[in-house]
Amino acid sequence: MPDELIDRTVFAELQSTAGADFVAELVGTFFEEAPQMIAEMRSAMAAGAAERFRRAAHSLKTNAHTFGAMALGAQARALELGGMPADVGGIDALEAAYARSAAVLKELTRG
Amino acid sequence: MADRGARLLVADDNKVNRLLLTRSLELQGHRVASAENGRVALDKLRAEAFDLLLLDMEMPEMDGFQVMEQLAADSALRDIPVIVTSSLEGVAHVVRCIELGADDFLHKPVNPVLLKARVDSSLEKKRLRDQQKELVRRFATSEVAADLQQGGFALGGKRVQATVMFCDIRGFTAIVESQGPEETIELLNTYYTLMFEAITAQGGVVNQMIGDGLMAIFGAPLPVAEPPLAAVRAALDMIEMIELLNAERAAQGKAALAIGIGIATGEVIAGYTGTQSRATYTCIGDAVNVAARLEAHTKVARRGILVDAPTQQALSDRITVDALGAVMFKGKAQAVDVFAVPAAA
Repeated sequence: MPDELIDRTVFAELQSTAGADFVAELVGTFFEEAPQMIAEMRSAMAAGAAERFRRAAHSLKTNAHTFGAMALGAQARALELGGMPADVGGIDALEAAYARSAAVLKELTRG
Repeated sequence: MADRGARLLVADDNKVNRLLLTRSLELQGHRVASAENGRVALDKLRAEAFDLLLLDMEMPEMDGFQVMEQLAADSALRDIPVIVTSSLEGVAHVVRCIELGADDFLHKPVNPVLLKARVDSSLEKKRLRDQQKELVRRFATSEVAADLQQGGFALGGKRVQATVMFCDIRGFTAIVESQGPEETIELLNTYYTLMFEAITAQGGVVNQMIGDGLMAIFGAPLPVAEPPLAAVRAALDMIEMIELLNAERAAQGKAALAIGIGIATGEVIAGYTGTQSRATYTCIGDAVNVAARLEAHTKVARRGILVDAPTQQALSDRITVDALGAVMFKGKAQAVDVFAVPAAA
């Protein structure tokens, strides 16, 4: 069920308070920003920069929660609080979760 | 609603957060600017007036903690209320923000209902604080207001080396009798505006106004590099401003004004006197008596500015004076050496 990826209540509330058109734009911004955050996590990991890694994960978590992408948010939070991971498995899983969540968000904003 | 159209600044490095917060606040009727890091936020706060700052903690270049430290150290920005918006976890972060002076803390993602409540409450608090500051400013000078804000209010004085000035309008009674009360009030307002301008420009504080007379202190409550020199320069500016005013009055067919200024220097006790509910900043000491006597003596000596020996010595020839000799003043056991400062040519 793709719907589980996005908490519909959270998303509907966001639309009703900020306006559906604005939320569609905001989702567009998220689509531009999120891949950069994931790329930042990968590069921070490669550079051994734990603080940069944590910040990028933290940013993604906050945005995921804004749109009701709770599963994505939980994964990002685990990476934020878990310290530098030993391998890229966690980031790969996060990226996959992002792709699935983004697909649902796209559906939801289409109208 | 009073808080409609408040000017808010949102500082957040995360674009989605920034856009959403800005949108939510705009929908609540506020005018919102945004900054993508602490450095940009500080620049904007210094460039224009804001009623409230919504501040993210984790930002590149300058983070929220650094911004709050800078705000606390800047007397012009210290009173801007700050609401921290952060998704940092742990009570320690919240505590640190409150300790640094944050008004409130909102967890991200920010709930719009909570956001509205917190913003309205912070703006209301700021409005009350501004009102209070405005009252203090109107009834005290800005120096005294700043001193009050910095050190709080306490009755009692401290010993300071200061220069005291008295000034009044010569023949004011005759002027009052020759014109209507409205015209007199207008004249007094113009006179006070000009005198305040000259005195505060030199770092002095006008602490008393009685009718057409005023008393000013140089060197307290805020230190002035050279109180005697500052006071004499202010006096020369005052005379010059009265001459400019007289040129205007002459054009309107009105009689010329003349002022007399007495200046004396010495150790005084300066501070707040009165009661807890009504007090004024003033100073007491020999220099106060001497300055008042010198001001009265300007009528006898027919000179605009008279100063005592300690003031004259402190000028150390940077401003030339005429020695008028020793004069016995009422209430003084010893004669006082009097010097006249000629108006600038």
